[in-house]
Amino acid sequence: MEILNDILAYLPATIIAFGALVVMMLDGFKADSRKVYLASMVFLGAALIISVYDLINADHQLIFSDMAAVGGTAAFGTFIVVFGAFFTVILTHDYLIGVKHNFPEVYPLLMFCTVGMIVLASANSMVTIFIGLETMSICLYALAGIVRDKRMGVESALKYFVIGAFSTGFFIYGITLIYGATGSFDLATIAEYRDGGMIFWGGVSLLLVAFFFKVSAVPFHMWTPDVYQGAPTTITAFMATAGKTASFIGLLLVLSRALPYWVDDWSAAIAVIAIITMVFGNLVAMVQDNVKRMLAYSSIAHAGYVLVGLAAGTTAGYSAVMYYLFAYTLMNVGAFGIVAYYEKSQDVLFNDVKGYAGLGFQYPIMGVLLSIFLFSLAGIPPFAGFFGKYMVFAAAIDAGFLGLAIVGVLASAASVYYYLRVMVYLYMKEPAAGEEVTLVTPKAVYVVSLAFLAGLTIYFGLIPSHITDLIFSFFDTGFYAVN
Amino acid sequence: MNPLADYVWLIIAIPLLGFLINGLLGLSLESYRKQKSLIGWLATFAVFVPFVISLMIFLGMDAESDAKVVSLFTWIEAGSFTSEISYRVDQLSIIMALVVTGVGSLIHLYSMGYMSEDEGYWKFFTYLNLFIFAMLNLVMANNLILLFLGWEGVGVCSYLLIGFWYGDMAKSDAAKKAFIYNRVGDFAFLVAMFLVFQTVGSLEFDQIFANLDLFSSDVAFWVAVLMFIGATGKSAQIPLFVWLPDAMAGPTPVSALIHAATMVTSGIYLITRFSEMFVMSPEAMLLVAVIGGLTAIVAATIALTQYDIKKVLAYSTVSQLGFMFLALGSGGFIAAMFHVVTHAFFKACLFLGSGSVIHAMHHVEHELEHEGKDVHFDPQDMRYMGGLREYMPSTYKTFLISTFAIAGIPLFSGFFSKDEILAMVFNAGLGEFGYVYFALWGLGAITAFLTAFYMFRLTLTTFHGTFKLPKKVKGAEDSAKYLHESPANMTTPLWILAALALVGGFMGIPDFFVTTFVSTDANINWLHAWLLPVAADYDLVLAYSVKWVLVAMAILIAVGATLLAYKKYDNDGGEATDAAIKARFGSLYEIWDSKYKLDEIYEAAIIRPVYRISDRVLAIFDIKVVDGTVNATGGIVTFFGSLFRFFQTGVVQTYALVFVIGVILVFSLLIFS
Repeated sequence: MEILNDILAYLPATIIAFGALVVMMLDGFKADSRKVYLASMVFLGAALIISVYDLINADHQLIFSDMAAVGGTAAFGTFIVVFGAFFTVILTHDYLIGVKHNFPEVYPLLMFCTVGMIVLASANSMVTIFIGLETMSICLYALAGIVRDKRMGVESALKYFVIGAFSTGFFIYGITLIYGATGSFDLATIAEYRDGGMIFWGGVSLLLVAFFFKVSAVPFHMWTPDVYQGAPTTITAFMATAGKTASFIGLLLVLSRALPYWVDDWSAAIAVIAIITMVFGNLVAMVQDNVKRMLAYSSIAHAGYVLVGLAAGTTAGYSAVMYYLFAYTLMNVGAFGIVAYYEKSQDVLFNDVKGYAGLGFQYPIMGVLLSIFLFSLAGIPPFAGFFGKYMVFAAAIDAGFLGLAIVGVLASAASVYYYLRVMVYLYMKEPAAGEEVTLVTPKAVYVVSLAFLAGLTIYFGLIPSHITDLIFSFFDTGFYAVN
Repeated sequence: MNPLADYVWLIIAIPLLGFLINGLLGLSLESYRKQKSLIGWLATFAVFVPFVISLMIFLGMDAESDAKVVSLFTWIEAGSFTSEISYRVDQLSIIMALVVTGVGSLIHLYSMGYMSEDEGYWKFFTYLNLFIFAMLNLVMANNLILLFLGWEGVGVCSYLLIGFWYGDMAKSDAAKKAFIYNRVGDFAFLVAMFLVFQTVGSLEFDQIFANLDLFSSDVAFWVAVLMFIGATGKSAQIPLFVWLPDAMAGPTPVSALIHAATMVTSGIYLITRFSEMFVMSPEAMLLVAVIGGLTAIVAATIALTQYDIKKVLAYSTVSQLGFMFLALGSGGFIAAMFHVVTHAFFKACLFLGSGSVIHAMHHVEHELEHEGKDVHFDPQDMRYMGGLREYMPSTYKTFLISTFAIAGIPLFSGFFSKDEILAMVFNAGLGEFGYVYFALWGLGAITAFLTAFYMFRLTLTTFHGTFKLPKKVKGAEDSAKYLHESPANMTTPLWILAALALVGGFMGIPDFFVTTFVSTDANINWLHAWLLPVAADYDLVLAYSVKWVLVAMAILIAVGATLLAYKKYDNDGGEATDAAIKARFGSLYEIWDSKYKLDEIYEAAIIRPVYRISDRVLAIFDIKVVDGTVNATGGIVTFFGSLFRFFQTGVVQTYALVFVIGVILVFSLLIFS
């Protein structure tokens, strides 16, 4: 039976989808939140193990009547997404209990969302991309507003939904026009189209716009700060890492599989968007006093760096993008995780950088971990973030985008200011009288998870070849080989 | 080659593991810091296990074994340049690994006793393990980058450990001084690496040595000189040696491990590793020899005037290192390595012995304080000591053995290595720049005399005669009862090192001891045969008669100096003799006593001008131009940031409007590109 074979090849998504149903039933029958949490951990853990196995072993193949792909970049995307989801769930459980908003429905939503991301990252057709994108987005709208009694959360969820629906319209219109021009939704078939024309280009630009919205590139980013600030912090981490990774891999698939022939046409457009995004994201991040909002703008800036890799339009560029997404997931889940921990000690609005004064010396391990993540985000060696930036900019220079790389390096240098500013407060400022914060003792599993992420950040910064060799092999021959 | 060599990475990984465990647990768990014996043993085994592994690898090798390279992973990849984390097992690196881990384990063991009362116990052992890790990277690396990583790593550890008691401003200043002087040398070393890379296109040892013909004699000269400048920083040679005596501010085991036995010899290791390149440039070799010879005599004369027991040993170390460089410059790479090994034994023993003495003197001060007497004296000043042999027999005997070794008394280890060095220098006198080498030989002989003399001055003043503290310090009249021998975990390493100092020389008995009488090949000089494949040693062409005359002179010098010292310094003759020497040499003695005013010269020639320029020119430039630009940039950036933030209205309609503008932008970009 071919369908059975396909489902087996698609096992991580299948397990999580099935698990989400189970977890939802558990919740429906009023199981206590700990059971719900543990059940989701079991399913996500199993999916994570299988996705690691697939990452190393699975051969590339097309499944579900060529609607989806497995192996190669699809396996890599699946792995990052499930990895992000797994750690988000660990952090979320503790966080929601800590801030006294323990809603168990968060787990099935997270899992459905993960399924959507996997579908997106392993798509081979415009239709699958759309299904994945929407499954992911609808879950994210609900997750953003999960803390129902905070005005800010609800407001941000509604804004996200309205503007998200707006962008979905562009996406549908875009793929409709492309279908009109090329007569197909299949990425490989679209790649054979050679005529160009207004209908085709109109479709491509609308499609790109929809992706730019999802990855929060400027000027389609305006929802990002509001939503990232309003959503529960660990959910923000999930949106910013797994969500962005899935969208970026979707964009990468479209560019490298459906539009390789037109690389010279679209790379200039992406380069311009990348420049605007990097400059804008970094500039505005500098003037933020709210750490969550700062990280939101920083995530916009990082989207700009990833776009630099895509603009290169070469194998090296795509590989750099893949590495960057993984590194970004490691350090950003970590950074948000510690912000969440600090909130837990106070309340959900404890995000002002001034409140962090002197916190580095309470539970020093947390301060050190946050410093590691921030150093990595700033792109300082020997952390993974440095190597990611190096790969992206090197690819751009090789592809002839010297100016783009220079803007990127300068913007990245400027970003050091706002990352280090947090550390200045952590270690070099005294809290104002009467505003001392006493941190709660972190749970062991919380600390261990974050320390593990920090360990990987250092490990893949020191020995990037352990993952870049794998990524290069995706593009060596066959399916994903470019040019 | 021994299959065990594949596991060479364990040698490096285990100290790292020890560093991580003690460091992380100590950092995060207050209660772990109190588990002193656990911390100490863990750290000691993290060095001892690598010693055992090195020993097993060593036993599986012979002098003909090819070098074995073990690559772990690609570290840096940038364009055509790649650098691996790869380690090299050959005759040279395994000897260094044995010395580092062997002497290192003994010093770890000793430190468990010496540091037992210290609050920073866990931190001390963490740093010590990190040092061993860095040092092993330095000696085992198979490329210059990894070697440089170790080179900088030992520098950092040295800094951390010199300033271990950083609450004392003088000590943290000494740490900074060491670090900055080392940076000067490191910079030259970096430039040498650039030159090598420019010439060969690779920094892997095999690539460099296979392409030596690409180096013109000019380039070879500059690479050699720049590397040597790097070595003068790390190995404390003229003009950069002034940091080493100050480095004695660190705990004594650190002085023994880092500033006598291992780190300071890395310059000698580096030059031996690159001996094939050094011999391409006779001018560079001459420079190395001259600097080494001068350093040897300058430091020896300073040592003559010092009263701080550790300072004497520090200057003696500088002088002995100078001896090694003298050997290197004379083409005696093996002789230099030989002296590295024997020096590691006897100088580590001497330092640890001085630590034992200081420990005892501290104890006296402490007990007197307990009695309620307000007594203060410098526990390192040998003028307060004397007669300690009765109270500290083990320390005395081991110290004496090592003094015999460093003085070059026949059959002790230092005799053989020092004799080989002087023979090689004399031998170089037959080649290019011969007269200079003959002069250097003369300097070397005088230094050898001085070495024996000041070392016995130290030993006799400290251990012989009568205990002088009661006479010199008010309130310490019956303080002798508080003197005691150090615990077993401190004396055991002393005895092992003393035993090695006693017999270590037998690994390098000169062949001519036999071949003069029997006309076959002797092959009793094991070390020479062992290192010959990796060192570009000059041939020793001296006639038998000359060799024997040299040996006889070496014996005469050593024994003569020893007897003279006994006559002058035994039975509390110390201060009278020093006064007599001072009167005899007059202003020359003043120069020695003021350490040739080198610190003052640096102060006047470099530090003060730099301050002045900084203050009058750079500060103004900094405030007006640099700060002005930075502030202006920051202002503009913040202005735009705030301006953009203004658009973030929070109103969804605005968001949609901007979105649509974006759509138009993307569409036009695609259409018009």
